[in-house]
Amino acid sequence: MINLKDIVQKLDLKVVTGDLEKEIEAGYASDLLSDVIANAHKDNIWITLQTHVNIVAVASLQDLAGIILVNGREPEEETIKKARKENIALMITDLQAFEIAGKLYELGIHGNKRK
Amino acid sequence: MDKIRKTTKVQELTYELKVRDVMSKNVDTINLEMPVYSLRDILYKKRISGVPVENKGELVGIISIEDFIKCLELGKLDALIKDEMTKEIKTLYTDDTLVHAFAKFNEFGYGRFPVISRKGKKLVGILTKSDIIRGVLKKLEIIYHDEEERRYRASHIFNDVVADEVFFKFQYFVESKNFDKAGEAATGLKKTLFRLGLSPDIVRRAAISTYEAEINIVAYTEGGEIIAYLEPHQIRIVFTDKGPGIPDIEKAMKPGFSTAPGWVRELGFGAGMGLPNIKKFTDKMTLKSTVEKGTRLVTIIKLSNYRDD
Repeated sequence: MINLKDIVQKLDLKVVTGDLEKEIEAGYASDLLSDVIANAHKDNIWITLQTHVNIVAVASLQDLAGIILVNGREPEEETIKKARKENIALMITDLQAFEIAGKLYELGIHGNKRK
Repeated sequence: MDKIRKTTKVQELTYELKVRDVMSKNVDTINLEMPVYSLRDILYKKRISGVPVENKGELVGIISIEDFIKCLELGKLDALIKDEMTKEIKTLYTDDTLVHAFAKFNEFGYGRFPVISRKGKKLVGILTKSDIIRGVLKKLEIIYHDEEERRYRASHIFNDVVADEVFFKFQYFVESKNFDKAGEAATGLKKTLFRLGLSPDIVRRAAISTYEAEINIVAYTEGGEIIAYLEPHQIRIVFTDKGPGIPDIEKAMKPGFSTAPGWVRELGFGAGMGLPNIKKFTDKMTLKSTVEKGTRLVTIIKLSNYRDD
């Protein structure tokens, strides 16, 4: 199993805040919060371009392992504050969603198994 | 600012536990008419450092390894116990608290105290510092074990409370159009339910469905409130808002149907998945709406027969 620290090192992610010891089970990519709520699972790494504070709420509700913001997008101040408070890992990549998802897949992180 | 010192669990236990809970009950005693050298066997075989002295079942003194060594040095091993023992004995009662016992250990510097019953003054045990440590550790282990078991039993809280219907009620107010605060009710409820010992899966389902409904109130209504009732066997959550109401509920329930304006969609909401998601994560949902008046949504999550993630 791979943890956040590994992917931060291997994919050169910028860490904004969070606990990097968490293990990642699988990954999910989406910018629609309701879609993430419906389809992401516990301990998923979530790829999104949303930077608004509500991504932290969704990650916290779903017990996600962490959030990767794509296209080098900086989170809003409120988002960082909330992420610190809820202890949600927030990372930034300069890559686009398609590319970062591909690199995570190469590291062995796949999608959730369909039920 | 004054610092309030927190009481530790161990401190609490020293008040809770009694001497009888931790003392050693099988006490080796020696008769006062025995010679000092007869102590050797007991001290050596039992690996203890002191023995209460009895006479006809009554505690009359205590003799320790130090007394034995003194006699050895002076060549007095044939002397009788009654002439070498400590007669001024300090004892503890079975119903003394451990705090009291600690105080006595500190006051007298003895390694052990005979324990007598308050009635009858009979010798019933002996207490050393290691008995106390062992006793406290054992108690902590039991508490820890119980706690672990309780955490994963969704219904345990109901054993503690005697009432017929509602056990807990939590209320949250939701502001219209305030997306910075959106989700606070759901995260608050999540933490509360988790603290109450409900299983993580139930807590997650309650939190997620509440979040979706909360977002709906923020995005589409003039504000409202959420009341969660923790009942026997289920969580019932009632969402009410001040309007404007849903004209066509059947349509609103369809996945992908959305009336969200652009600014809501930009925040990642308005995908038309809110109500379907609520349905997906709850065991029952009832939606009633009157245009221009408001909407009332009731969700139920059963505490038993939940599926695992």
